[in-house]
Amino acid sequence: MATNIPVELRYSKSDEWLRMEGDEVVIGITDYAQNALGDIVYLELPTVGTVLSARASFGVIESVKASSDLYAPIGGEVVAVNTALESAQEPINQDPYGDGWLIRVRPSGEEEELLDAQAYAAYCEERAH
Amino acid sequence: MLQRTPLFATHVAMGARMVEFGGWEMPVQYRGIIEEHQAVRQRAGLFDICHMGRFLVRGPQAEEFLDYLVSSNVAAIGPGQSNYGLLCRPDGGIVDDIFIYHLDHEFLVVVNASNRQKDWEWLQQHRGSFAVEMEDYSEQWAMLALQGPAAEMLLAAAPDSATAHLADLPFHGVTRANLFGLESLIARTGYTGEDGFELFFAAEHAPTVWSRLLELGEPGSVQACGLGARDSLRFEPCLALYGHEISDTINPYEARLGWVVKLDKGDFIGRASLAQIKAQGPVRKLTGFELLGRGVARGDYPIQSLEGQAVGYVTTGMPAPTLGRPLGIALVPTALSGEGSEFDIIIREKPVRARAIKMPFYKPRYKK
Repeated sequence: MATNIPVELRYSKSDEWLRMEGDEVVIGITDYAQNALGDIVYLELPTVGTVLSARASFGVIESVKASSDLYAPIGGEVVAVNTALESAQEPINQDPYGDGWLIRVRPSGEEEELLDAQAYAAYCEERAH
Repeated sequence: MLQRTPLFATHVAMGARMVEFGGWEMPVQYRGIIEEHQAVRQRAGLFDICHMGRFLVRGPQAEEFLDYLVSSNVAAIGPGQSNYGLLCRPDGGIVDDIFIYHLDHEFLVVVNASNRQKDWEWLQQHRGSFAVEMEDYSEQWAMLALQGPAAEMLLAAAPDSATAHLADLPFHGVTRANLFGLESLIARTGYTGEDGFELFFAAEHAPTVWSRLLELGEPGSVQACGLGARDSLRFEPCLALYGHEISDTINPYEARLGWVVKLDKGDFIGRASLAQIKAQGPVRKLTGFELLGRGVARGDYPIQSLEGQAVGYVTTGMPAPTLGRPLGIALVPTALSGEGSEFDIIIREKPVRARAIKMPFYKPRYKK
């Protein structure tokens, strides 16, 4: 199955994507990650106002089979949370880069090493073997 | 090197996601665990279970021998029937849970994949002077499970087969049948909480039989399923999984499997210890639980009493697909195992309140 990796986004090695929107950043999990996890059935996200530090866990995502931490690829303050996902998590599987977005952050400037689409594609390819 | 079933190439070609399970490289899912789970609850699903062990036990004392090793009453399993049983250690711990099928002139014993070697050696070690022969048929025979409410109708109408009599096969019955021109053994057994069948036939035909079973009925009637759905399907009716609800260090009374232990049938390995455990009452027990706080409890998560003492652990936990919420099974002190008892599950270093509930979570829908 081909993995969808939009070129305009940046990516973390823990499989989150980042979209710059003005001076804020929208974060979600990648198509590769949702596919590896399987059907998402449970999610825990931070509340608005939470201050994240880069590389720290900011939530939990669970499928029938597995439980995974969500890692913040950048530090910053959470300014919005996708509350629609509280009752239905299907968008994370069906539209991970759109309706499946997780949080919106005002960056503090602290960030881990991020990958562009090409480097992330290579990173996914590496793990497929 | 991981072991592979005769269907390994088929799974890969069909796009299944393969994982390691008990030393085997097996499909964990085809289309998604929830979709496969619902297919079995609503229609029919097909599982490759060739990784399980299949031993034939025959000879003049086959029945006496098995009755000496197994906790349930083997003598009560008539020809053409089967039953669940436990191999117990002298101290009452569970070596494995097994299925015993009484065939025409021999017994077929089906054991867990991860315990194949251990069980074979256990049987050999305890042969003593019993007049029995044992043969490991795990490689010669394939084993598939067709499970779900539509399984009977689909299998009974299979083309190029003589399977119409399967509609009359009782729960736990086993019979010979011609399936797609092949001599097969078909039993009304399974591990999903649904009606269904387990099929045994010569291993070299596994890919053909697999494909033909997937083509039964209208297109899409039978869903190929992986071990992920197998686990969630057995979890809801609270069927034990070796290494989780039962093990060498968990006895049947702790596992609420007292109904499988027939203390009055005559001597068998573990009987003395089990009689004592039963008389005293087990100090810990399995219980089902629901979470009152948010989170998902998974196997091995620690459990604390409300006073903060470490008192047990989760044996299996997951969001139950049919019930639509996270549930679990835990091994806790007997005093905490009654319905309504409360304790904390440590989920990611934080205590989350849980309440003991009745098992099973899903009432099995077996053929009456």
